[in-house]
Amino acid sequence: MTTENFEEIISRGTPGPGDGGRTGSWRVLRPEIDLKVCIPAKTNKMACFTCWLYCPDCAVSKTIPPVIDYNYCKGCGICAEECPAGAITMVDEATPMKEEK
Amino acid sequence: MENKTTIVNLTEEEFVYPGNRACSGCGLSIIYKIGLKALGKNTILVVPPSCLTVLQGVYPVSTTKLPVVNVTFASTGAAATGVRGAMKALRKEDVNVVAWAGDGGTGDIGIQALSGACERDEDIIYICYDNEAYMNTGIQRSGTTPQGVLTTTTPIKGKLQQKKDVPAIIAAHGIGYVATASAAYPLDLYDKVKKATTLPGPKYIHVHSPCPPGWNFESRYTIKIGKLAVQTGLFDLYEIEDGRFRLTGASKKLKGRERKPVTDYFATQGRFKSLDKDLVARVQAQIDAKWANY
Amino acid sequence: MHIIDSGNVAAATGVKLSRAQVIAAYPITPQTPLTEKLSEFVESEELDAQYIPVESEHSAMAVCIAASTAGTRAFTATSANGLLYMNEQLHWAVGARLPIVMCVANRGIGAPWTVWNDQQDTIAQRDVGWIQIYANDHQQIIDSVIKAFRLAQTVSIPVMVCYDGYLLSHTYMPFDLPDQEKVDEFLPPFKAANFLDPENPGNFNPVTLPDVRPDQSGTTRPGYIEIRHRLQMDLRASLEVYKEIDADYKKDFGRGGHPFVEEYKCDDADFVAVCIGSLSYHLRDVIDAMREDGIPVGVMGVQLYRPFPDQAIVQALAGKKHVIVFEKALSYGNQGALYADIKSALYNAADRPTIQNFILGLGGREIKTEQLLAVLREACAKPGTAEDTPRWVGLKL
Repeated sequence: MTTENFEEIISRGTPGPGDGGRTGSWRVLRPEIDLKVCIPAKTNKMACFTCWLYCPDCAVSKTIPPVIDYNYCKGCGICAEECPAGAITMVDEATPMKEEK
Repeated sequence: MENKTTIVNLTEEEFVYPGNRACSGCGLSIIYKIGLKALGKNTILVVPPSCLTVLQGVYPVSTTKLPVVNVTFASTGAAATGVRGAMKALRKEDVNVVAWAGDGGTGDIGIQALSGACERDEDIIYICYDNEAYMNTGIQRSGTTPQGVLTTTTPIKGKLQQKKDVPAIIAAHGIGYVATASAAYPLDLYDKVKKATTLPGPKYIHVHSPCPPGWNFESRYTIKIGKLAVQTGLFDLYEIEDGRFRLTGASKKLKGRERKPVTDYFATQGRFKSLDKDLVARVQAQIDAKWANY
Repeated sequence: MHIIDSGNVAAATGVKLSRAQVIAAYPITPQTPLTEKLSEFVESEELDAQYIPVESEHSAMAVCIAASTAGTRAFTATSANGLLYMNEQLHWAVGARLPIVMCVANRGIGAPWTVWNDQQDTIAQRDVGWIQIYANDHQQIIDSVIKAFRLAQTVSIPVMVCYDGYLLSHTYMPFDLPDQEKVDEFLPPFKAANFLDPENPGNFNPVTLPDVRPDQSGTTRPGYIEIRHRLQMDLRASLEVYKEIDADYKKDFGRGGHPFVEEYKCDDADFVAVCIGSLSYHLRDVIDAMREDGIPVGVMGVQLYRPFPDQAIVQALAGKKHVIVFEKALSYGNQGALYADIKSALYNAADRPTIQNFILGLGGREIKTEQLLAVLREACAKPGTAEDTPRWVGLKL
């Protein structure tokens, strides 16, 4: 029996993404940004970013244009609801899949 | 005049990884990511059982890029005291020691340890996210569930008793900083947490946290509903600094203006389904009386 | 240097010499003077530590858990209901593998209220996974505290140092004060392998699954049961570690050498009385009296109760005619816990003695030397009549 490596096993998680897996699979509706309407995309200015601020899942980037990480976006719809320009619409997940085909 | 944080100058650095197990549209998730931005890297978190335990991840994955210690339900305030004590002993006094608990972990089972820490004047920040019921166990009534709300332990008539005013209880300890905030106003929350990192002694921040499954609304309305709670004058954003009370942000702007009727707020959520007219009128009268004193 | 002081002060002085860094405690009779003494040491700056006057025992252990997770040497002390109020925290501290040391001045448990000595409080905590050391006198208290800190940090398991309330906690006895420099050599500073560190963040004690799970790098990490299995293995390994630490202590300070059981006139004994704590010293008077009458009897004090030193017990008791276990606690509805443990350890022994159980002294009921003498005489006169139901000594109604 070892008396060298006590406490070799404790429960201590280390930081990383995807604890709940690809949570994008939770989505029923997918947010899509219309870049012609999106304020930072349209003006090419660091402005607005309401979607980034409110996203509960850190799945929207603060970039021009904002990019949604569909791997992890849970499809809550807050971004679409709060976008001051009305640039984000929630699309049935089945629709883009059909288009891709 | 203080410099208020804006969306544009708010740091892009995230301390929470995506892909965690929080529910879709979770108010706590917004509060957590914004709060951690304000706290920054040099922070140690103390967390009792709560939805945050789920959000923070299942071993061996942690969704938080900060050190976290999970502690027993009733012990949060004392455990934060212990971390602070260790930091003093190790001469690492510049670390933010932050307790982060739900409303049950704060106002019910955890109130004794929190009260003790406040009385001892411990240099800790205590953040309570208030989703107004025991959500992690499946929406049972808590001391901070408002009157009339349907929960799984008040399933027919709704809760008969009033909501416990936890920030007022904490303020009664005479600590230097007590504030309220809301998931719907992240920048106001950010500035309050940031301020708390600069103050000595205990700092208590009570954050209203809309919960789609617990309050029975569609996840996209988290912000709308959080804002309605403030705009109707039901949940007020304020600071009590060295004993001086002042409204902040959206609540301050409400002063002298007409508030939306509280029915606007009640109508958005399934949990208020069993409210009768008398109770609605009483709540509206309570809000009006409260605002008459502001 | 010898001083004369109380058992509580012996414990507090051991904590001071061990340079505890964070101390949290809530007063409870008969532990209170220990708490007071520690606050005095800290306030007078004789001890460079944080003294945190918490609002409950549950919080006392919370402070220790957090301070220990943050990488400091933590200490608390309690008694009776205070210990029971900590119960969930005791499990937490050991599951988190924290080297906390706690003194317990043993006291009976309410209801009804009693402030007097028995050992039900710590015996009832035997299954939580803490190491339990029992001291028989003031010297053993101070020595055990110092050894406990080294044991705890070597094996990453918390340690209780238990001593009888009032009988030891409040009586004044001479004891030797170990030299600080020598203690510093014996007990190096605590360096945690993992601690709360913003430079190396981790989430301590999160939800852990029934099954194993891969980490970020793809390495399979344990489930709950593997972590708990490891604790059990390490507890068993702690027996050998404690033996080494005790031997080191004896080398440095000249005391010890009986980490598991302390025997008195047992070598040639046919009959052995067994108990925990100061009662084993009380029984020495009885043994001496019986020896004068030619009865080959000895007494053995169990010094380490968890992990249970079963091999040492078997070695000490196998081949004896009869073993008489005295206990100031019991597993209600069954028997004395120590009795059951000893019986279990002896089950596979080649030459096992008959064994008998006596319960006595609960709630501070005075244990008279004549009573012990009468019980032991009778037990030794009719050793074949062992019975499995504990008998109670000194009941008046």
